[in-house]
Amino acid sequence: MADITFWFISALTVISAFFVVSSKSLLYSAYSLLVTFLGVTALYVFLWADFLAVVQVVVYVGGILVLIIFGIMLTNKISSVNISHTSVQKRVGAVVVLGFFGALSYVMINTPWIQLPNSEPLETTRSIGRLLMIDYLLPFEAASFLLLGALIGATTLSRKDD
Amino acid sequence: MENLSNYLVISSILFSLGLFGVVTRRNGVAVLMGIELILNAANLNFLAFARFGGMNMSGHVYALFVIVLAAAEAAVALAIIINIFNNFNTINIDDVSEMKQ
Repeated sequence: MADITFWFISALTVISAFFVVSSKSLLYSAYSLLVTFLGVTALYVFLWADFLAVVQVVVYVGGILVLIIFGIMLTNKISSVNISHTSVQKRVGAVVVLGFFGALSYVMINTPWIQLPNSEPLETTRSIGRLLMIDYLLPFEAASFLLLGALIGATTLSRKDD
Repeated sequence: MENLSNYLVISSILFSLGLFGVVTRRNGVAVLMGIELILNAANLNFLAFARFGGMNMSGHVYALFVIVLAAAEAAVALAIIINIFNNFNTINIDDVSEMKQ
């Protein structure tokens, strides 16, 4: 049962990701991106990353996707009916990307990855918090500065000149 | 689902599709969507290696940082795209090749 669920979710993620990059309408792309994000969230749950799954839903679906849809709405005339966009050099791009994917998956499958025995963790949030406050304190503070900079930068960039 | 290479192949598919979007799309927002796909693929790799490498929680912390970066990047990129739209009246990134209009 879990196997069937896993393959169903994988197929959903990949197919919706394909729609994101191939759909003619920009809004359909954004909605397919929603399905992709939710599929990746489900894969996180399969990987025992429950905290990251919740963060993914809150930040990606609740934040970034809404931001992207706002971007689509703000950069198109309301009167224009079709919010469409074109792709260029699809064939060349597809050939290059397929070759790249072949090389990538060849390496991924044929490398003898070292796998350690694992067991389902009782709690992930506690260990993530400990790591953030002890081992990764400096990157944590740097990330807070980065977010502050992005906040101020985005506000400054997007406001009208007086 | 108990197999590392399944996750790795799914994440390489997501990465390749994101790359395809970045190189073929001409709309700024659509390029941004491709970048989000690439970042998701990277996160999936981090978490897969974290789980199959003995449930190492450092991978989760790195994935958290990637999500923070993605949020900051999306906010700034959309501000820039809206500025481009106000100045050039288009977001086709091929038309925006001049430093000033």
